[in-house]
Amino acid sequence: MAETGATAHTNPLRWLVVAIPYLWLFLFFAAPFFIIFKISLSDTAIAMPPYTPTFEGFGAIGDFFSQLDFENYGFLGEDPLYIDAYLSSLRIALISTLLLLLVGYPMALAMARAQASIRPTLMMMVILPFWTSFLIRVYAWIGILKPEGLLTLLFQTIGLMGPDDQVTIFRTDYAVFIGIVYSYLPFMVLPLYAALEKMDGTLLEAASDLGCPPWKAFWKITFPLSLPGVIAGALICFIPITGEFVIPDLLGGAETLMIGKTLWTEFFGNRDWPLASAVAVLLLLALVVPIVIFQNQQQKVG
Amino acid sequence: MKPQRFDATILTLCFAFLYIPIIILVVYSFNASRLVTVWGGFSLHWYQVMWSNEGLMDAAWVTARVGVLSATFGTILGTLAALTLTRFPRFPGRVAFTGMVYAPLVMPEVITGLSMLLLFVAMNIDRGFWTVTIAHTTFTMCYVAIVVQSRLITFDRSLEEAAQDLGCPPVKTFFAITLPLILPAIVSGWMLAFTLSLDDLVIASFTTGPGATTLPIKIYSQVRLGVTPEINAICTILIGLVTFGVIITSITTKRAEMRRIRDEHVAIRGIS
Repeated sequence: MAETGATAHTNPLRWLVVAIPYLWLFLFFAAPFFIIFKISLSDTAIAMPPYTPTFEGFGAIGDFFSQLDFENYGFLGEDPLYIDAYLSSLRIALISTLLLLLVGYPMALAMARAQASIRPTLMMMVILPFWTSFLIRVYAWIGILKPEGLLTLLFQTIGLMGPDDQVTIFRTDYAVFIGIVYSYLPFMVLPLYAALEKMDGTLLEAASDLGCPPWKAFWKITFPLSLPGVIAGALICFIPITGEFVIPDLLGGAETLMIGKTLWTEFFGNRDWPLASAVAVLLLLALVVPIVIFQNQQQKVG
Repeated sequence: MKPQRFDATILTLCFAFLYIPIIILVVYSFNASRLVTVWGGFSLHWYQVMWSNEGLMDAAWVTARVGVLSATFGTILGTLAALTLTRFPRFPGRVAFTGMVYAPLVMPEVITGLSMLLLFVAMNIDRGFWTVTIAHTTFTMCYVAIVVQSRLITFDRSLEEAAQDLGCPPVKTFFAITLPLILPAIVSGWMLAFTLSLDDLVIASFTTGPGATTLPIKIYSQVRLGVTPEINAICTILIGLVTFGVIITSITTKRAEMRRIRDEHVAIRGIS
């Protein structure tokens, strides 16, 4: 609500605007993290809910500390599966982000250099696939990549492959990279485009007038000026990819280890809620730094 | 290669990459054959199979209701959050609030889903339709907040000031001036919230309970068993609905924008 006029400042109703979303987000977004942390420190039990509560009321704070149990974290440290999944997620997220930059940057640059009249249409065309379901877009790739799928058919038809050969991309890390690049491309292109579009074209003209070759002008002018877009795009992609579940589960194979998939299996497969919570806490800790950078970036833009 | 031709090649390749998989999926939903690689002729057979699949239809109905409710709640809360971010420069806990609005946008879904589930269990709430709706409201409101906030930043505050100088009370100013002006952003926020809710598999899987299976959960469980043309059929319908919705919204916002510009011209001419 408008804050102009002296009466507005004294209106207590005005604070409802702040209080309602604040309380909602606190209750349903922030508070659950404390619960995750708490449950990650409790014991597994075969019951419903499948864990033994460690913390009952504020009167029992002494008990609480004596019962705290870092067993789950110890278990995570002992079993190389979790450490491998953890490192493998970071590796896949890093490679995917680099691939996304490699594909997204030329695309954003081409969009920014297009005629002003067709730019909104190009923008719309980048956003439109994002509106269709994530699950559907990943599913579409199964039909293409699977051994008896369309890519095999294409390669056989144009003679790149014998009639008995099959494409062996499906259920490997390569399929995961294709799926991630495909799904996250709009998230990478849009911040890059936003940064490149508002660039002052006369700078490049000046460089060329002074005899600077185009590739050098790109490295000296265009790229450094687009750096905020590069950072924003990389963070928007890197953070969720690290915890990605759907893509590695549907396109990846047994050897594709990702922490999001591990958490899902612990939770739904093994019904080990405390261990799943411990995995979540560790994933969160790994992402705290990039999320804080992202938030600062957003506040600078906003 | 000339720069223009280079750009055109890049754009063609990238858009082909973005669109070909979706086009293939749509085309094969009309395939009479069960096999992906064999074209058995045009047929609507899979649409009939889909239509008579009760589980799938129930899931679609649950998803639609969750989507409408959570998008509506999410839009109201998100608009309030956007107003908070733009109109309240200082209040205790502002940094924490900004963090809570931006964090869900990048938070891996498995974490959001797990944390919500544990909250509902701790609060002793039975999981089902309403828990999914609350979870979806919470993450979609943040997207709405960002969309509405970007409109509020470019908003001409002098219009509100003029109304208040003429003695209009703040609440009335909001409904008479501010709300109509930010309405296009609120509508696109609602659309975004609705599609995000329609789309969500992970958070819904964690927070759902008996009798509240959503369409993505159903599709996911079938996809794990293999590709079936029936899934292609339902995906095609979803893609069609979303494309239709996006085109309608963009046309109506463009019209509203043009009308606004025309009205402003009329007003300026009236003054001079």
